[in-house]
Amino acid sequence: MMTGHPQTDLHQPLSQGSEWTFELLERYDREIGEAARFFGLDTYPNQIEVINSEQMIDAYSSAGMPVGYHHWSYGKQFLTTQKSYQRGQMGLAYEIVINSSPCIAYLMEENTMTMQALVIAHAAYGHNSFFKGNYLFRTWTDAEGILDYLVFARNFIAECEQRYGDETVEAMLDSCHALMNYGVDRYKRPAKLSMAKEQVRRVEREDYLQSQINDLWRTLPTRQVTHEHHKTSRFPAEPQENLLYFIEKNAPRLEPWQREIVRIVRKIAQYFYPQRQTQVMNEGWATFWHYTLLNHLYDEGKLSDGFMMEFLQSHTNVVYQPPFHSRGYSGINPYALGFAMFKDLRRICEHPTDEDRRWFPELVGTDWKQSLDFAMRNFKDESFIAQYLSPKLIRDFKLFAIRDDDTEEKLEISAIHDDAGYHTVRQRLAEQYDLGNREPNIQVYNVDIYGDRALTLRHYVHDRRPLGDSTSEVLRYIAHLWGYPVRMESVDQNGEVS
Amino acid sequence: MSQLVDRRLSGKNRSAVNRQRFLHRYKAQIRKAVTDSVSSRRVSDLERGEKISIPAKDMSEPIFHHGPGGQRNIVHPGNREFVRGDKADRPDGDGGGSGASQDAQSMDDFVIELTREEFMDYFFQDLALPDMVKKQLAKAPEVKRVHTGFVSQGNPSNLHVVRSMKQAIGRRLAMSSSPREALREAEAALAELTQQGRDASDEACVLREEIMHLKARIAAVPFIDTWDLRYANRVDKPIPSSQAAMFCLMDVSGSMDEDRKSIAKRFFMLLYLFLTKNYERIDVVFIRHHTTAKEVDEEDFFASRESGGTVVSSALLLMRDIINERYPTDSWNIYAAQASDGDNWENDSSRCRELLIRDILPHMQYFAYVEIEAEQPQSLWREYIQVKMASRHFAMQRILTLEDIYPVFRDLFKKKELA
Repeated sequence: MMTGHPQTDLHQPLSQGSEWTFELLERYDREIGEAARFFGLDTYPNQIEVINSEQMIDAYSSAGMPVGYHHWSYGKQFLTTQKSYQRGQMGLAYEIVINSSPCIAYLMEENTMTMQALVIAHAAYGHNSFFKGNYLFRTWTDAEGILDYLVFARNFIAECEQRYGDETVEAMLDSCHALMNYGVDRYKRPAKLSMAKEQVRRVEREDYLQSQINDLWRTLPTRQVTHEHHKTSRFPAEPQENLLYFIEKNAPRLEPWQREIVRIVRKIAQYFYPQRQTQVMNEGWATFWHYTLLNHLYDEGKLSDGFMMEFLQSHTNVVYQPPFHSRGYSGINPYALGFAMFKDLRRICEHPTDEDRRWFPELVGTDWKQSLDFAMRNFKDESFIAQYLSPKLIRDFKLFAIRDDDTEEKLEISAIHDDAGYHTVRQRLAEQYDLGNREPNIQVYNVDIYGDRALTLRHYVHDRRPLGDSTSEVLRYIAHLWGYPVRMESVDQNGEVS
Repeated sequence: MSQLVDRRLSGKNRSAVNRQRFLHRYKAQIRKAVTDSVSSRRVSDLERGEKISIPAKDMSEPIFHHGPGGQRNIVHPGNREFVRGDKADRPDGDGGGSGASQDAQSMDDFVIELTREEFMDYFFQDLALPDMVKKQLAKAPEVKRVHTGFVSQGNPSNLHVVRSMKQAIGRRLAMSSSPREALREAEAALAELTQQGRDASDEACVLREEIMHLKARIAAVPFIDTWDLRYANRVDKPIPSSQAAMFCLMDVSGSMDEDRKSIAKRFFMLLYLFLTKNYERIDVVFIRHHTTAKEVDEEDFFASRESGGTVVSSALLLMRDIINERYPTDSWNIYAAQASDGDNWENDSSRCRELLIRDILPHMQYFAYVEIEAEQPQSLWREYIQVKMASRHFAMQRILTLEDIYPVFRDLFKKKELA
């Protein structure tokens, strides 16, 4: 040829065929990143790691933590994952992505080039921008500090195992894991995590805490307070929802290292707390963007038809929602619902119908990129659905609400996808994603400071739903942490205690 | 710009520790599963990893959750014919048809795959074997390293100097042959010129230069080079190279119930395992008896149960005949394990003793007898005590639990340790 510069042909796809190379990965990543910037996605820097299937199983079994302390439950998870992978029940292909900065996304070496590109778009740009933008992640997690903190946690626990024995530490972790869902302050903003700070402050904290606790449990009470007063005042003065925090600060018999372990489990629970509340949004957002970004590249002539065929096939599988009566049904598919909602939001902005104008006057005619960005930043699943689930989607999914009351012989269909039912269906679906609804509301109510030191928990019953059969086991774990008897009371909707 | 990292070669098996923790925590359940699995295996089929399953409910991680009951609202997709206010029957199971209930079903049993070593470890735990013996049984067959020629790659300690020098000579000859020939010719030509007295001519100068050049070329051929090196090649060859016949004798009269048979099976397995470590080829012969004896296959051996009395000598007679017929002692090492609950016809026991001492034990490497859960020593036991005094190759033991099995073999393993 005459020219020395290889001029890239606009209609020349990035690659043909299914083999990937590191060079191709780089080119795809550059193009996808370009497209993401074009649409205004704001992301942490990416670290894309190529791993093999065994490493993927490892990553799955440590609950998505790149660095984890040792515990038998992760071994159990590992065996389960390995088993289902070997039986071919599960493609590992999709994605694991770590909410950290840089944001770590894993690509499995067995994947085709198309799948690698799909995962890059989905994880490294979709999830990544969600981690960086969503208010829950901004409030509850510290992407810069988490890796250091996990390293600190692993080292600390390994050190404890050496000093106090595997089994003692394991018993602590078992007890804390049972309360993991009750280790979050829902309203207070947590402090930043980082290894350096943690280590420096740990020693101070241990000493300080121990002195506080000794004070609380001082055996020589000043005789100024009357017994009457003991009867009426409670400790804590207000019920506390963060059981692990309460135990960390007040359990009378824990050693400082044990308090630190409670704290570690609590901090990790806190780190995962936003993910549990944004499943639909997070997956929906990532799916929407892999779909949008790759279509954009196709429109620019950078992807081959074969690539698109393979991509669309996996995409369609991912967003398939089986109906409730089919055998494969296991609840609502968060990928399907989330993707449909973001796509529907864009439709409402760009091509609204009369119905949309009535339901979403504030969206009609706005720039869809800005409206989606706003929705991504400021909602969690519950409020997102309550705000944005449109009548059209309710019809498309043929959603209907069932009321299951154990005092009645049959189930009742309380609303379906019609004019009379849209509001109810939307409300019910939103409640379904409310963590406060899914998990029993259990709080620390009182400690018998002057008596047998027993800890009383209260279960605030909602809709007459009782506690499940593992409650007594969990109470045993709490008693292990507390060191004295633990009681559970139930409070029904009329305030009656039993 | 994203960072692209190839992690494929680093940090495999990150979960190995967690897996070990898991096995440790559930060792009681796994042991039970291994025990169950052993009873369904063939005697000769012990050394294999195994998928074992333990009940999933034993290993749940409890959390606070809602139980069934109360009032719940659920939204489902894919409505077909329902309209508001319809009543519907509850589906089977727990109402909502939620994912949790499906998971619970598929998780009923938790399947773990144990490696061969892990499996053997659990198997040995019940038997109270000394560590030394455990190691001996669990390890792979011993090997001897034997020479098999020479190879061009290997580690320095295997370097074979003579061979390497031979190679070097050959190579030096080959590489220097053409310059040598040219040198010979040049020297001949120079000698001719000298004879003609044209020693100082230009031609002679050129030749001298050529000769110098050729000599340098020959000298430049290295004395020894890396591709001359030859290493002695050694390969592992398993040592056991002889054969053994193992006789399993068992009383299957009415009094031998399943428990007793299960203990007997462990007893046979242990002997088999010992033999596999020492012999390349093992024939197992199963002889069951009540009043008459019969050679059977393994399935019948453990499965069948007959009623009626017991004549132990019938089995010994059959064993003697089989040895004479099929296992000449000059080419077979013969071991036998006999299990019984001790019942025998009163006047048959002395005959057993005679048979053993006169006809059988002279051919045997080892004969082990166990009396399983017998109430008190009976005539057979008393006679066998005399046998034991007469022969070093005879061991006997009364067995109440699995731990009693090992002592029967103690001498057997001790002999091995000394050897």
